[in-house]
Amino acid sequence: MAKKKTYIQALTEGLDIALGEDDKALIFGEDVGKNGGVFRTTVGLQDKYGEDRVFDTPLAESGIMGLAVGLAATGWRPIPEIQFGGFNFEPMDQICGQIARNHFRFGGKVKMPITIRTPFGGGTHTAEMHADNIENYFTSTPGLRVVTPSNPYDAKGLIIAAVESDDPVFFMENLKLYRSMKDEIPEEKYTVPLDKAKVVREGTDVTIVSYSWMLNESLRTAEKLAADGISAEVIDLISLSPIDTDTIFASVEKTHRVVIAQEAQKMAGVGATVASEIAENVILSLDAPIGRVAAPDSVYPFAQDELTWMPNGDDIEAKVREIVAF
Amino acid sequence: MTLSTAPAAAQDLSTDQLLEAYRRMAKIRKFEQRLHLENQTGDIPGFIHLYAGEEATAVGVCMNLKDTDYIGSTHRGHGHCIAKGCDIKGMMYEIFGKQDGLCHGKGGSMHIADLSVGMLGANGIVGGAPPLATGAALTAKYLGNHGVSVAFSGDGGSNQGTVFEAMNMAVVLNLPVVFVFENNGFGEASGADYSVGSKDVAGRAAGFGLPAVKVDGTDFFAVYEAAKDAVALGRSGGGPSVIEAKNYRWFGHFEGDANLYRTKEQIEEIKRDHDPLKIFRSKVEGLIDMAELDKIEQEAEQEVDESVAEARAAAEPTPDQLTVDVYKNY
Repeated sequence: MAKKKTYIQALTEGLDIALGEDDKALIFGEDVGKNGGVFRTTVGLQDKYGEDRVFDTPLAESGIMGLAVGLAATGWRPIPEIQFGGFNFEPMDQICGQIARNHFRFGGKVKMPITIRTPFGGGTHTAEMHADNIENYFTSTPGLRVVTPSNPYDAKGLIIAAVESDDPVFFMENLKLYRSMKDEIPEEKYTVPLDKAKVVREGTDVTIVSYSWMLNESLRTAEKLAADGISAEVIDLISLSPIDTDTIFASVEKTHRVVIAQEAQKMAGVGATVASEIAENVILSLDAPIGRVAAPDSVYPFAQDELTWMPNGDDIEAKVREIVAF
Repeated sequence: MTLSTAPAAAQDLSTDQLLEAYRRMAKIRKFEQRLHLENQTGDIPGFIHLYAGEEATAVGVCMNLKDTDYIGSTHRGHGHCIAKGCDIKGMMYEIFGKQDGLCHGKGGSMHIADLSVGMLGANGIVGGAPPLATGAALTAKYLGNHGVSVAFSGDGGSNQGTVFEAMNMAVVLNLPVVFVFENNGFGEASGADYSVGSKDVAGRAAGFGLPAVKVDGTDFFAVYEAAKDAVALGRSGGGPSVIEAKNYRWFGHFEGDANLYRTKEQIEEIKRDHDPLKIFRSKVEGLIDMAELDKIEQEAEQEVDESVAEARAAAEPTPDQLTVDVYKNY
């Protein structure tokens, strides 16, 4: 039976199923146990699975991630939470230097089935270190999967798939999506593939490639443009590393125009990679330059300025109109 | 809880134990001395950091461990690997970057792991072992098998923040982990008397609520006794502890290090006065026939000779190995 659930509720359900299915799965982090998480994502799970499987740690991100490395190497399936995106700068060695590399460097003999959950993204007045779009640091780390759902349905299916995967997964949860939308989602278990993009709206004039909060802005923009006779196809990347280029290329070959929209800063990130893949592989299909929407290459601002700084649906609309008119 | 500061008496160990301890120390010595020479041929890919001079610390600790116990190590990890029971040929192959190495030639000297004997990996980060060994200690606690986990690091590693996080975490979660700090006097080229602000690595333990002991890391019997207590504490649910083992490294920080921060005379003095194998011999006089120890050294040398010859002749990994095992399911 399907019920309307928020993104947070979908994640809680997914984590509940993951813990129920595999008694080696463990959740730990700052206030995730007794308190149920600062965003209530793990609420009720300690009561249900006990203090051994869902437990609180000191405010020590490197220590938390170090625990995950040792537990994973010895047969467990850790699901550490890093409370805010910007706090991931602390355990960077554990994530990029150890977790992402161990399977390769030890010749495939040491598995790292770790799901690192972390909120990210701007627009909720949490300010930098709490709101940053941090994906660009992690998508440039081989050995680490980076995924992010843009809606409650995908959130549940993707978190279950992440925990089941033997790869380390950096699982990014958008702060602004946490409670801003509801989806009807099945109560039972289902999974969403970790490495597939989805065409979430079909169109013929232009392709918009996006993810997370900006994917939702892209869908709203596509709706608005349809009224003016512009038919936009919208692709949700879901997996930021690796990137499902086949789905993107097929769409670009159909629409011949593309706009890539991300909330993160523009330089050297997900959008830059998508743009370069398109340029390298299907450039002759294009009838217009590749359009990009992204934040300025400056530091995430303090709360009162964040809406000015962040890109939004208006920016996507302007860029799509420009590319379509080219 | 206080950890023993008095060395074990040699009579308290069986003849088999004494011979095994010497065998492991001799293997480490021969292994490292040979690598020192092999490296000069230019045939070893990547940095190597040698453990010669510190043998009594790794072996004194690991003689108290089982295969089901865990250790995490440092960039200077060969000694820990051998002391924990890693296969010498598998290690030599790995150091020469060969396909049949313990990690298929993809880890090299600084990243040797062998889960079958509880060796969770050498680490390119000097304070790399404490965080992950703390996680493995949680595994031991979950399994309820009275297992323990040992984190080897050094005076240099003792200054890293991750080490402090791990020590606090181990106390908070009451985990069976032993933090062993090998104080060989130098973090790379900087003296511990400069870089350890308190001049007292073990002394920091009290601030975390950890029992700690300082031992002579060149004396197998001193390390063995302190580790015996620390391991027993962990096995009985008594939680984590710290051992600071003062020892000396014979070679440079890495092979190729010109050793400009100490004199040739100082190094000769270290070799003369602080040789863990000589010290061991002096302590078992009358209990063990010295000829038996000579024989152990010859056997160790022969095993190392064979491993070098085989490793040199072994196959390199194929280029396609450079892109596999990046993701498990890739």
